[in-house]
Amino acid sequence: MKIDLGRLFDLIAGDPQADRAVPPTGFTARLTLFTAGSMAFLAVFAMALSLATGRLADRWSAELARTSTLRISAPADQANAQLRAAITVLETTPGVAAARPLTKDEQRALLAPWFGPDLPIEDLPIPQLIEIIEEGDGYDPTGLRARLQAEVPGAVLDDHSRWREPLVAAANRLRALGWIAIILIAGSTGAMITLAAQAALAANAQVIRVMRLVGARDIYIAGAFVRRFTLRALMGAAIGTLAGMFAIWLLPSTDVAGGFLTGLGFQGLNWLWPLTIPPLAATVAFAATRAAALRTLKEQS
Amino acid sequence: MIEFENVAYSYGGAELFSQVSLTLAAGSFHFLTGPSGAGKTTLLKLCYGALQATAGNVHLFGDDAASMDRDAVALSRRRIGVVHQDCQFLDHLSVTDNIALPLTVSGRDAEAVGNLDDLIGWVGLRGQAAQLPPQLSGGERQRAALARAVIMSPDVIVADEPTGNVDWEMSQRLLTLLIELNRMGKTVIIATHDMNLIRTAKSQVSTRVLRLKDRRLMQAGVEL
Repeated sequence: MKIDLGRLFDLIAGDPQADRAVPPTGFTARLTLFTAGSMAFLAVFAMALSLATGRLADRWSAELARTSTLRISAPADQANAQLRAAITVLETTPGVAAARPLTKDEQRALLAPWFGPDLPIEDLPIPQLIEIIEEGDGYDPTGLRARLQAEVPGAVLDDHSRWREPLVAAANRLRALGWIAIILIAGSTGAMITLAAQAALAANAQVIRVMRLVGARDIYIAGAFVRRFTLRALMGAAIGTLAGMFAIWLLPSTDVAGGFLTGLGFQGLNWLWPLTIPPLAATVAFAATRAAALRTLKEQS
Repeated sequence: MIEFENVAYSYGGAELFSQVSLTLAAGSFHFLTGPSGAGKTTLLKLCYGALQATAGNVHLFGDDAASMDRDAVALSRRRIGVVHQDCQFLDHLSVTDNIALPLTVSGRDAEAVGNLDDLIGWVGLRGQAAQLPPQLSGGERQRAALARAVIMSPDVIVADEPTGNVDWEMSQRLLTLLIELNRMGKTVIIATHDMNLIRTAKSQVSTRVLRLKDRRLMQAGVEL
């Protein structure tokens, strides 16, 4: 349905006389308020999930796409020679900004989650890792692999693509699921408000009859119901949104606990995004109630 | 004002009346009589566009009612004041607000219309103006309904058994109000069983008495 913004603002400005013509209906008022509030609360979480997974996908893409790892597995007497040869190859490869062998401490830190911090790494035949930082459009992995095969037989190039791509795809899918959840929440809100509006219209059949008798146009009668439901949805969604934002704010920060779930929140200007939920809920309520009211009035004529 | 040409109305396959031709001219005064179930209320509803004829043509102020959309019907109702036997009020609004309702729905400010208070006084409801409709007696409700029907200064007043729930004295008072309106140039049509009411009116104003009987509309025993 096309939303006429001018009509929407007129509607919010209201006509107190028309509002008074329709008696307040407690049940549908509470239902609309509760539905809009709870749906807005859920929408805040769906939005937080979408934004967090979006950030995750971007970070994984950016971080992993710009680095690669070269692993050199060679007998101890050839290890240093192969390391130097690999560094030479890498330094002369277009697209490679820097190549740096990881120190023993760095390698120990990488293995610490599995073997603990006191692993005697110097005594173990652990492959030497080289971190490659890319520049520009990056290097040609096929060409680099061919050169390494010829000059450093123990080298294995890992350009991270086999790790990065499924992670980024998963993050992007989570982001899409978050937005789908928001669309479903909007649809459910519309459906619930439509039912509440139809109940209100049915309960006020006598009011509609009288208003018609005295010359009220359908749009005038519908307006009284639409305005009431739109404002209730706006108020309920505002309460639900604030509650949702407060709940997100209460989540432990990344610095304290770490991990993906603790990053489920808003950062910086992203805190403004949830503020779009109440007007969105009001717009959904406006469209749903208007369609329901005009359809019901047409059926009753 | 309102014109019927060979109008018929059927409900659920049963014909209520047919071949009804009628003209409600400006300033005329009509009574509509007939046995219960003859279709008096239905005929009045056709007069204000609440129902559509199943055959024939109804013209409201020159427009074919069958081709009018709901907005056009609503606008034509602002030129027709309707008084129902059961009055039909919004029970949560005061008597004043109910009387002003036609002004409200047509976007006119009730406060700007100076004659609202005069009108409430004219129907003798000044003391009840702030009350709710359920607090009124039958006669007071009928007078409030009449005030609501005339607040827009309509061209036509349609009254369906307006004296059905009131005593003789109140029915005479209501009739006097309707005759006053007719003398102001309003077209009046009243459906009633009350022959005394008709006799009283005929002594004061020129009236036409129509009778719905055996699915036909007649005047003085002659089919119209």
